[in-house]
Amino acid sequence: MNKPENLKPEDEPLGLYAKREPVFNRRIDGKFRRIKWAIMVICLAIYWITPWIRWDRGPYAPNQAVLIDLAHRRFYMFSIEIWPQEFYFVAGLLIMAGIGLFLVTSAVGRAWCGYACPQTVWTDVFQHVDRFFDGDRNARFRLYKAPWGPAKIARRLAKWSVYLAISFATGGAWIFYFADAPTLQHAFWTGTAPVVAYATTFVLTMTTFVLGGFMREQVCIYMCPWPRIQTAMLDEKSLLVTYKDWRGEPRGSVKKAEKNPGQFGDCIDCNQCVAVCPTGVDIRNGPTIGCITCALCIDACDRVMKETGRPRGLIDYATLEDAEREKAGEQPTRHLKLIWRPRTILYFSVWAGIGLALLFMLGTRIHTQLNVAKDRNPPYILMSDGSIRNAYALRLRNMEGRPRQMDISIEGLPGAAMWTEDMAREDASRTLTRMVPADETQSVRVYVVAPSDTASQKFEFKLQAVGDAREKDEADVKFDAPEGQ
Amino acid sequence: MANKRLDEATNTETVGHEWDGIEELNTPLPRWWLWSFYASIVFAIGYVIAYPALPGRHSATPGMLGWTSRGQLDNELKTAAADRAKTVAALKDMPIEQLPQHPELMRAAVAGGAAAFKVNCVQCHGAGAAGSNGFPNLNDDDWLWGGDLKTIQQTLIHGIRQPGDDQTRMSQMPAFGRDGLLTPAQIQDTTSFVLSLSGKEKPSAASQRGKAVFEANCAVCHGPEGKGDRQFGAPNLSDAIWLYAGTRDAVSAQITNPRHGVMPAWGARLDPVTVKMLAAYVHSLGGGEEFAPAPAEAQPAADATAAQ
Repeated sequence: MNKPENLKPEDEPLGLYAKREPVFNRRIDGKFRRIKWAIMVICLAIYWITPWIRWDRGPYAPNQAVLIDLAHRRFYMFSIEIWPQEFYFVAGLLIMAGIGLFLVTSAVGRAWCGYACPQTVWTDVFQHVDRFFDGDRNARFRLYKAPWGPAKIARRLAKWSVYLAISFATGGAWIFYFADAPTLQHAFWTGTAPVVAYATTFVLTMTTFVLGGFMREQVCIYMCPWPRIQTAMLDEKSLLVTYKDWRGEPRGSVKKAEKNPGQFGDCIDCNQCVAVCPTGVDIRNGPTIGCITCALCIDACDRVMKETGRPRGLIDYATLEDAEREKAGEQPTRHLKLIWRPRTILYFSVWAGIGLALLFMLGTRIHTQLNVAKDRNPPYILMSDGSIRNAYALRLRNMEGRPRQMDISIEGLPGAAMWTEDMAREDASRTLTRMVPADETQSVRVYVVAPSDTASQKFEFKLQAVGDAREKDEADVKFDAPEGQ
Repeated sequence: MANKRLDEATNTETVGHEWDGIEELNTPLPRWWLWSFYASIVFAIGYVIAYPALPGRHSATPGMLGWTSRGQLDNELKTAAADRAKTVAALKDMPIEQLPQHPELMRAAVAGGAAAFKVNCVQCHGAGAAGSNGFPNLNDDDWLWGGDLKTIQQTLIHGIRQPGDDQTRMSQMPAFGRDGLLTPAQIQDTTSFVLSLSGKEKPSAASQRGKAVFEANCAVCHGPEGKGDRQFGAPNLSDAIWLYAGTRDAVSAQITNPRHGVMPAWGARLDPVTVKMLAAYVHSLGGGEEFAPAPAEAQPAADATAAQ
């Protein structure tokens, strides 16, 4: 409808849209496939099991090992408890995660993309589902080409429902990080969970279903910023999956090579490296943004090389520098040695430095805090005996999982005494003792009264946890008095 | 229509118009856009039927669902009132002097009182209840008519010098100067004595003379030592707090031609629960009298549930 009918396909201008070529990757076994299996199982296990690990924190705190308690604004991770104002710990962890990606890229290239990235892991899972229902590469290709009929529809529906089940398990597991898992699970199935739990599950189920089931490598190639950043980070010393073209080219089948010895390289053009690729790239074209360096092509090529009696490693992990060296007939550097280069060491020291700083802060942080806000309206009150009263809102923060006794005292301001809303003025003194409940912030309104000749000045409130000299905090505040005093 | 032709560079049809050699390519809208557009038209039709939409002379069309923004606000207010109903009912039945025994209710009363104060009281007493010249500061410990919960409530209900309320706080200071009860010299002497009571002026011959005048004319209400009398709302003249400033001019002006503060009888304007809450709030500002400490709350159990 949009185009005049006299146009022929070859006349069409080059479009901006390229239709996706579906990927039907063949099953392969080998060293790297086994590493990939192991990492996949570990990653999924961590994801699904973590919220169910219990951790006893006593009667005042939840007993879930990892819990992001948004409702109560606490973040629990095993023995660590973080309050919102300590969020810099989480920021520090995120920075470490970011620098960690740089570190991994510098040390072992795109290993994150190839093995541990959730998009890779779930795509892998879904590709195994494809294989289970529709068979290996060729069978899947035939089914893809086949016209729609009852058999194809049935197969597709069965496969997609398994997709959906996996997606649901993925999306559903996410919410358990944000609430007590067993309770939420029960509430979820009895329909009493909060709407946000169902909404989150639905959204994440659908994103897993669409991104893992259908978009797959397009996410890496078009959506994800990380490959783009990585292409900028890679240099001649980065470990890449490399097709050793000087050894492989010109390509020729085994028969051709036997007929014309010496004229053909080691590549027998069997296309196995392309067949096993989960993102459908041809590694022989050199490194591309689609290559996530999962190394399955290495497994495939090594097998073919073994069968044809040629040395392994026509496709192998290698740096650009080593490739040049190998081409010139020199010995390549050992992979382990590659890690020891300034860039990697620099990333590692920054990464480790932040980590150590965080650990140090975690070890020395104080679980007692005092915040004071002065009443400004009115700034002071003249009492009938001529003395001057100021009011302060104190917030006593007990960040430990047990109720603690705390002393509040006045430093400076001679002659002053204080009392609280729930005390009589006759009991005013320079030190008050309060029981602060476990893991809570207690608000206390304090009246400070000073003799009539007191001038406006600064003084200090001190908070001291009883029985632990290190657990203390202080706050500088102003005492207002009438002008001219 | 003019001739539609294919543009060579882009292989796209033109719309067929030409202005000075400028032609327009016929590039259709993306289909997703077009269908979203149709869908929003369909949605708009439904919306216009269901909700108030088309403006008329006096109001818009009402809409099938009967929704109005005022109605929604009304519902929200009703919901809020329903949420408060239990507390309000409990406050209604609770004599105010027993309020401190129920910390939960007391907190609710103080919070409600703070809100009501901002609507009804700040005009005279100020946002921080600090008062101003002629309007008492409610934060301090000086009370004209009494500062315990029950007395504050009584003052609030019946007001001060409020005509038409026979239980209102009523008193009148004679206009000693205006009505010729005292001579100007006597007034100056009395002023000296009054100011010496709180140490604002040193005792002098004038204050000695004023003492006699004071005892004869003022001590009936203000007491022989000027400590005041809450029965008449007579201020304590020996403390640091002055309703109309503690200067010589202000004090002699008050003796000559006194001013009298008036407060509305809030019992006639506000419901009893609001008045109770206001009393609790004013009492909580730091100067409330007959302070009763709240009973200790059972905390550990509540904390355990809060932490979960």
